[in-house]
Amino acid sequence: MSLRLADIGQAEIAAQRIRNPAAFGAGFGTKALRWAMALLAVSYFVYLLWLFDFDRLFTGLPRLWTIVRLMLDWSGFAEWDHAELLRSMLETVAMAYLGTMLAFAISLPLGFLGARNVIPARVFRFCTRRLFDGMRGVDQLIWALVFVRAMGLGPIAGILAICVADTGVLAKLFSEATENTDRKQTEGVTATGASFFGVLRMAVLPQVLPVMIGQTLYQIESNSREATILGLVGAGGIGLRLSERIQINAWDQVAYAIVLILIAVALIDTVSRWLRMRLIG
Amino acid sequence: MLTPADQDPTYRQFQQRFGPTIRARLVRAWGTALSVALLFVLAAVWTDFAPDTILNGLPRVGEYFGKMLSIEPSRGADPVPVLAFGHVFGGPKEPQSLAYWFYRIDVYAALLWQTLQMAVLATVLGFAAAFVLCFPATASISRPRPVVFLIRRLLEVLRTIPQVVLALILVWPFGIGPLAGILAMAIHTTGGLGKLFAELNENADRRPVEGIVSAGGSWLAQVRYGVVPQVLPGFFSYALLRFEINVRSSTILGFVGAGGIGMELKRTIGFNIYEEVSAICILILLMVVVLDLTSERIRHAFIGRMQ
Repeated sequence: MSLRLADIGQAEIAAQRIRNPAAFGAGFGTKALRWAMALLAVSYFVYLLWLFDFDRLFTGLPRLWTIVRLMLDWSGFAEWDHAELLRSMLETVAMAYLGTMLAFAISLPLGFLGARNVIPARVFRFCTRRLFDGMRGVDQLIWALVFVRAMGLGPIAGILAICVADTGVLAKLFSEATENTDRKQTEGVTATGASFFGVLRMAVLPQVLPVMIGQTLYQIESNSREATILGLVGAGGIGLRLSERIQINAWDQVAYAIVLILIAVALIDTVSRWLRMRLIG
Repeated sequence: MLTPADQDPTYRQFQQRFGPTIRARLVRAWGTALSVALLFVLAAVWTDFAPDTILNGLPRVGEYFGKMLSIEPSRGADPVPVLAFGHVFGGPKEPQSLAYWFYRIDVYAALLWQTLQMAVLATVLGFAAAFVLCFPATASISRPRPVVFLIRRLLEVLRTIPQVVLALILVWPFGIGPLAGILAMAIHTTGGLGKLFAELNENADRRPVEGIVSAGGSWLAQVRYGVVPQVLPGFFSYALLRFEINVRSSTILGFVGAGGIGMELKRTIGFNIYEEVSAICILILLMVVVLDLTSERIRHAFIGRMQ
């Protein structure tokens, strides 16, 4: 049967409209609801802009422009304390490495203990999981503040802050990786009469090690980004130098420090990508 | 009777064939482990990370957490646990009750609400900017290569500058308060979301776009009718994830004077009001957990619609 456009009259269209109203676009009710939702969203947005004094944006922009201009003026480059900045940049990377490796060492047993197929007790698993959540949920900067109070100013507080926050992340990931391992290999090794640790070493570890290495490398990357700010609360690294220079309005050196951070982060990304390829394939 | 292993011909054959490989792998594994350890020692020396400093300091960490969970019922009295079984539901004047511990809950709640709204606004602003920037940053729909390259690098820089540093800088021109924090988060969100959005665009089905090209649609029409309908649910899903991240980071932006609960937290830590530190931390954790659970539900709905 063929249908010709000229055969369709107004009457048929009207009949179809009654029979199938949804095919002719949304009804009045839906349209009104949509408009009301959009209006509500927009007015909430405007309310937020008003609430947070967004008119200050316009008074602040000229000042921001002044700062940006000062940042781009690198005429005093030769007189800056390059050694100090480079040393603290290296310190930041060292902090990230130490903190992550310590977290790796702690999470290795913790991750096994938190896995369902290693220790089947549900209560135990619940407790370890909540512990990891707590360590992860509190921000690294808050941990740093606490450790600065306990251990004094310096990179050690930063390292411990990275370590604690990271243990929460890594232990959770490790225990999930352990839970996702293939049971056949575990059963095979168990059948040879291997001990508990023998099973972990020969059946579980080979399966989870690539995941663990990948995650740890990624954490080193992301922690070296995070570690750049730990210095703001006195926990060592380039953050301290950065905040000093912001306080004395040495904007050119602030820009220099930020460029250093960008370069260091890019370098670490490249190295860890290469390592990942080498180690995991 | 079993022959000793080294006389067994099968064993010797196995050793001949696989011995070198096994030894090479062992050497490689030990080499990796050694270089990791060496790097560790180097880094430890560089940062004065000595075991005895840690061992001396660790009790003080325990002490600190102990103080966070105890109160002095009156000035100079011996500290007692912050909660006790008989007093939990007592009034705000009764020590060791919930109401006594959280006696400033109205202030905290207002600040948490402010923190949340900061995150909302920053996410919306960042989403808008990322939405505009992600289409020219997609190689498969944007023609001029230099534009793609430039916008990609811009997004990279935006998300690599640490948020707190951005906030610290923005506090100078925009004054102490939430505005600087919102702008810092919005800038960072633009960088992060822009990259993810561009990846989604890249993975979008080309056929709708080609259809619109063949019908003579403009570039805007290709984006609007060819790409956006496919990727929008994914965009919203990422934006929600980003909102969670922003809620977390808005709690610490206050440390540098950029508004929200962080300012209060820094004040209580600075003045050593231990029980308030733990109260605020618990409230932050609660808020983050509740939001994570809610947004996970919503995100699954969006992802479901995408498939």
